[in-house]
Amino acid sequence: MKRQDLPTIRNAQATPCARLPTLSGARFRDTVLRAIEGGSRVSALLTLAPDAASPTLLAVLADDLAGHLALVQGRLEPGEAFRAMTPHAPEVHLFERELAESGVRVEGHPHLEPVRASPPAATRFVTLGGDGHEVAVGPVHAGIIEPGHFRFQCLGEDVLQLEIALGYQHRGVERAMVSSPHGDPRRRVHYAETLAGDTTIGHGTAHALVMEALAATPAPPRGQAIRGIGLELERLANHVGDLGALANDVAFLPTASYCGRLRGDFLNLTALVCGSRFGRGLVRPGGVGFDLDAVRRDELLDRLRATRADLRSAIDLLWSASSVLGRFQETGRLTRADADQLGLVGPAARATGAERDVRKDFAFDLYRFVHVPTANWHTGDVFARAYVRQLEIEHALAYVEDQLLTLPAGPTRVAAPLDAPLARDHLAVALVEGWRGELVHLAVTDADGRLARYKVVDPSFHNWQGLAHALRDQAISDFPLCNKSFNLSYAGHDL
Amino acid sequence: MSLTDRLLQLTLLALTLAFVAPLLPGVIAKVKAAIAGRRGPTLVQLHRDLAKLWKKDMVRSETTSWVFSAGPAVTLVTTLFAALIVPIGPGPAPLAFEGDLILFVYLLALGRFFTTSAALDTGSAFEGMGAARDLTFAALAEVALLFGLLAASAHAGSRSLSTLLPTFDAATSTAPLLLVSAAFAIVLLTESARVPVDDPNTHLELTMVHEVMVLDHSGPALGLVLYGAALKLLVLAALIAHLLLPPLTSQLGWLALLPTLLGLAALIGLLESVTARLRLSHVPAFLVAAALLSGFGFLLEVT
Repeated sequence: MKRQDLPTIRNAQATPCARLPTLSGARFRDTVLRAIEGGSRVSALLTLAPDAASPTLLAVLADDLAGHLALVQGRLEPGEAFRAMTPHAPEVHLFERELAESGVRVEGHPHLEPVRASPPAATRFVTLGGDGHEVAVGPVHAGIIEPGHFRFQCLGEDVLQLEIALGYQHRGVERAMVSSPHGDPRRRVHYAETLAGDTTIGHGTAHALVMEALAATPAPPRGQAIRGIGLELERLANHVGDLGALANDVAFLPTASYCGRLRGDFLNLTALVCGSRFGRGLVRPGGVGFDLDAVRRDELLDRLRATRADLRSAIDLLWSASSVLGRFQETGRLTRADADQLGLVGPAARATGAERDVRKDFAFDLYRFVHVPTANWHTGDVFARAYVRQLEIEHALAYVEDQLLTLPAGPTRVAAPLDAPLARDHLAVALVEGWRGELVHLAVTDADGRLARYKVVDPSFHNWQGLAHALRDQAISDFPLCNKSFNLSYAGHDL
Repeated sequence: MSLTDRLLQLTLLALTLAFVAPLLPGVIAKVKAAIAGRRGPTLVQLHRDLAKLWKKDMVRSETTSWVFSAGPAVTLVTTLFAALIVPIGPGPAPLAFEGDLILFVYLLALGRFFTTSAALDTGSAFEGMGAARDLTFAALAEVALLFGLLAASAHAGSRSLSTLLPTFDAATSTAPLLLVSAAFAIVLLTESARVPVDDPNTHLELTMVHEVMVLDHSGPALGLVLYGAALKLLVLAALIAHLLLPPLTSQLGWLALLPTLLGLAALIGLLESVTARLRLSHVPAFLVAAALLSGFGFLLEVT
């Protein structure tokens, strides 16, 4: 099938399943590979009915320039094997491992190891032998972080290969989304908000968009504005926290201490809006759960401006220390070509010079009307990932302030959106630029208007590969710093 | 020196080793906390930790041998021995003899040999890496230390630390003294595992140097390790203090020495507050710089 003939949708739009032609396995493969060659990215690749005898495959191909999502559907015959696309398109590496885990027979894949469903300990790691030695880290780590296993193949202090085995946090969210007790839509909101605790508002918004598309209950402008403010506050808190954590990893005390406090200040701003520091309960399908009255809006503005001034001095300290720059620059480099091949998203991709940003390419909510400049830098090292964060912090601050000053009037939420019936036999996709990058939520309904399949792709799913790649030929002692510069989610990957 | 004087000196020395040594890390932590805007742990936190650790049980891995247990014990004993060779207060050190500067350097090396052997004995990949890093850095730091001591020795015409340290002073030998002091400062930071060579506060095993070698020790053995590290800091700080201070002739010298030691600790705290840690692969260059500094000081003395 030619690329221009593929059925496409806009972000946060639903479409009847019947609109998608069903291709054979081989044609599905050809079509997807040709689209990737033509510059599309694979945003999601999944089976619609896991463990079915004749699995239906669906690929969501993002065309960043055209701003639309192409949908490709294929069906394998019973017993037919799917020939892996990974040798030609490394970006689908993990997606195909995921397919294999959900019962599709995948052939010709270079490294068909578990993603999350089977015990990560079962992974057969690539080893080097000879003079190399192996260093195993995790799943229990020092410090308070999530569990994950890292296997380094080293020659002295140099890392030749890093393999990351995750899945310790797998809790079956996608299944629960579909089969939660009586399909309770309220329960789904909770599941979405806890997909990755630091991206509560991001995942909450993606879930809201996809459900709104299926129920045809778009949020009113005021609701869209408030959840946009929430999304940017989430970005601010996490980016600021990351800059502090990066400083801490190179033992640079001033910025580490400063940013630790400032992150708390941003979390408290979110709490001012909705009562929860992490934004639980703020975003609801059909709008937001909390309104911003004039008094709180003014307080938000005052505190935002005060925090902004403090933040500037904390970041200036970081960039004025040559000892810090010496550690950040040239560490964990990733080229633009690598980032594109691996399908990286978010700040990690923009730090290699890429321009992809869902807020620009697939604008949703009020981002369709208020443009946030895309921040990027070309060096692809730890410095670039830190610097892109700083730029995004500044843009987010400006955006939030602007939105607070021009908050649209009207209701914050449509009436009883959770009770609205969903379109039957429809498919909807929503993309949101979370602070870590592109969040994808995809939902399919059956003939009764009930959810049949729900798929989530967290940016971490793409970017863990980037981290493993960035570590090649780096010093093993720089791993924690590189890891922090990506700061990926284990829960978001493990679902 | 009269007998009472000598007894007083020994008593004060014992008290210094027992109580001032654990105070130094406390001062560093306090300064860092103050600069970061925190209150920080109390100055006597290490004293408390040591008292607590002493009462605890020890967990020992079944795969380790006697080498693992010998590590902390031998390291502490060699450091204590070194502390009795370096003149910490006024007057000669208790175990001073002609040629003790060589013994001093190799006592530190012997302690390190056992710390790293104990680390290797655990069979952990982390600890092996830490040991490899520690030995690499120590081999370079040793050159700086030895050349510095030889410079002082050449100036004083003596090979005993108790004679050469008070004689090597700013009035008669300004340039070598400055060079050697700077070199010793780098040696101090390296040997006591401080920023910019190591990060004593990190929890990330992959980046650690000293801390990672002692991860498997617990209870009293960990206490020995912590006290040994504090003692080493004191000994090296005393070495530098003697270069900075005029010769200490009476027991009143303690009044000058103790504030200098605490001041050096505060300086380390200040340094750690304003600078990031070096990339691990750049540390050798830092240490070679120290070796060049003291080597140059030595050249100035002998020519």
